[in-house]
Amino acid sequence: MRKVAVVGAGLTKFVRRSLETGKELSYEASKMALDSCGLTLKDIDCVVFGSAPDAFDGMHMKGEYMLDGSGGFRKPYMRSYVGGGTGVFTPIQGWYHIASGLFDSCLVVCEEKMSTLRPHPQGAFLTIFDHTLERPLEPNLLWIFALEMNRYMHEHGLSKKDIALVSVKNKKNALDHPCALLAQEITVEDVLNSEVLAWPVQRLDVSPITDGAGALVLVSEEKAKQITDKPVWIEGVGWNLETSYWTNRDLYYPKQVEYAARMAYEMAGIKDPRKEINIVEPYDPFDYKELHHLEGLLFCKKGEAPKLTREGVTKRDGDLPVCPSGGLLGVGNPIAAAGLMKICEIFWQLRGEAGARQVPGTPKRGLAQAWGDLMQVGTVIILGR
Amino acid sequence: MELKGIGLEEEIFKISKKSEKSMKMEFKGVSLKESDFKEKKILSLENKPNLKYAWDTGVAIGRFLAELKQGRLIGRKCCKCRRIMIPPRMFCEVCFKPNDEWIYLKDKGTVNTFSICYVSWDMQKLKEPQIPAVIEIEGASKMMGILHLLGEVEPKEVKIGMKVKAVWKEIDKREGAITDIKYFKPI
Amino acid sequence: MGITEKINDLRDIKSWHGEMPVQYLYTYGIAGEKLFRAIKDEKKFLATKCPDCNFVYLPPRIYCQECFTNLENSWREVENKGEVHSFTIVYLDIENKPLDVPEVIALIRIKGTNGGFIHKLGEINPEKVNIGLEVKAVFKEKREGNILDIQYFKPV
Repeated sequence: MRKVAVVGAGLTKFVRRSLETGKELSYEASKMALDSCGLTLKDIDCVVFGSAPDAFDGMHMKGEYMLDGSGGFRKPYMRSYVGGGTGVFTPIQGWYHIASGLFDSCLVVCEEKMSTLRPHPQGAFLTIFDHTLERPLEPNLLWIFALEMNRYMHEHGLSKKDIALVSVKNKKNALDHPCALLAQEITVEDVLNSEVLAWPVQRLDVSPITDGAGALVLVSEEKAKQITDKPVWIEGVGWNLETSYWTNRDLYYPKQVEYAARMAYEMAGIKDPRKEINIVEPYDPFDYKELHHLEGLLFCKKGEAPKLTREGVTKRDGDLPVCPSGGLLGVGNPIAAAGLMKICEIFWQLRGEAGARQVPGTPKRGLAQAWGDLMQVGTVIILGR
Repeated sequence: MELKGIGLEEEIFKISKKSEKSMKMEFKGVSLKESDFKEKKILSLENKPNLKYAWDTGVAIGRFLAELKQGRLIGRKCCKCRRIMIPPRMFCEVCFKPNDEWIYLKDKGTVNTFSICYVSWDMQKLKEPQIPAVIEIEGASKMMGILHLLGEVEPKEVKIGMKVKAVWKEIDKREGAITDIKYFKPI
Repeated sequence: MGITEKINDLRDIKSWHGEMPVQYLYTYGIAGEKLFRAIKDEKKFLATKCPDCNFVYLPPRIYCQECFTNLENSWREVENKGEVHSFTIVYLDIENKPLDVPEVIALIRIKGTNGGFIHKLGEINPEKVNIGLEVKAVFKEKREGNILDIQYFKPV
């Protein structure tokens, strides 16, 4: 397999409702990514596009529809989709287009325009439940998160206070992110006093629906050296899926995330992730998910992620900065674009370009992870310089 | 309506390669408010596709629904890994082979996890909170649960590990549906 | 939602009925907003032109699909005339019932652009339509800012 570098990144602002169409959002992010490394569309061999359910904007064949805004016109092009895991899976697909030797450059674009769906984008999520056995119960997407969170808290004897710290940290980190929708300095009490939606999930435990797009430019080693002195290498990738019979497994631990991480660690030659990885951007659509995923990614023992958070280890200036971007809780949650935003963050951090968000020291290696489908998929990328 | 480039916090960064000139990181994106639609500050188009489906129940779920109508829960057993599965399926995803037997299960179980939900899917406040739960069904293998609702219980009294039993609809009101069980209540 | 048939036999259970409760509110985007405002307020078509590829986009886009040049400052008004690039005559409605009057649906290339619209033709006998026919837009009196603000295209 050939070495693959990330050489450019682009992002739009994350907003509750954008004027731009999905194509226009994709264009803005793609153009920024290309401009950032001095490339044009003509330098791009192939394009991989990622977006979550078609039902968000009611465009069937959404990948094909988004083609021209994503730079895929008359190029080898594909659409990628694994629910919430899409934002990290799409660059993995970009990676194997180049690692395989088939192409030398790939534009990776992730876009989500969720605001189009009425009366609420949850309408799209209803259709992920089994049509015969679950939908007649009129489920709500919050249910599965609440059920998982409750099981996680129960297994480890955690309090809501332990978990709320994540929301406080990420929303604060986002104050330094120019794209952020949800940046604010809040307290644990604010989280605990926010509206109860589906106990144990409260309003400030969740990242809401968002519109936005992100893009990356991936190239082969030879090209990377011509383009930049600061390539960021994709050192490892991993992905894994659990069964859709989600009521048949213990929800306290995301095993598929562990399997995905192990695959990526093996590829990157990592034995002890806690020591060998400097920054982590785990998937945090809900505050407990950051903790759940830190455990699944083997950064600590099961049930110990809240302790790391409490002790300040995961703060931006802590020993292991976690979600220095502000994460989904702070920056926003345009599903596929949110996962890609995490990779943009690691890229900017490793190049020392994260501005006010820059973590101290000179981080050498970072990990971005996403998760989704019916709580099924784990997707992991490790970047290093 | 805000126009692009307004209120942006900009960051400047430099790329070290000599051929690359320093550039501003400028993020695009125009944020709209709900009122922009109401006050017709922007144009928009409404669309409601008419998507109706008839999902084949298949062999396993067809039988499962028929048994629900009779007031029974049924699962499938794989003789190789010995797992008894609910919801039933005709194959074992672990052994990746057809599974082997129908097994009647109890209409009782244990609360594996639950939530107390105050909002509907479109985020409207519910009059009465709902208590969705994963219930591990007695007679099936450990962790084999189904999604259902709890009833006849105060939300604050629900505990993980609580024993519950199905409350069925009256026989003439059953239609071969998961909702033939009204809810599960504490034993 | 429910099983439609009355069940007397286990084998009768065949399907479960349901629907997807989705509806959408689309914004037209940066380019679309300008296009439909111009149609609504001024009965005009606005296109964007890529100076590098010499390609004129209608419906307009804010980017060139070929070279990704930003076209936000490359607007131009184009005529509301064009020619029939291809057409079909439709005799049945969506439920396969015969239409009282057959409809002519055409792809209309707008003059001076590389694009155009799919729309209806009006004020013409279907038998007289031919590829290459010159047509112009007829606008509705009361316009709301959508594609139906063009009532149809008619022969010049």
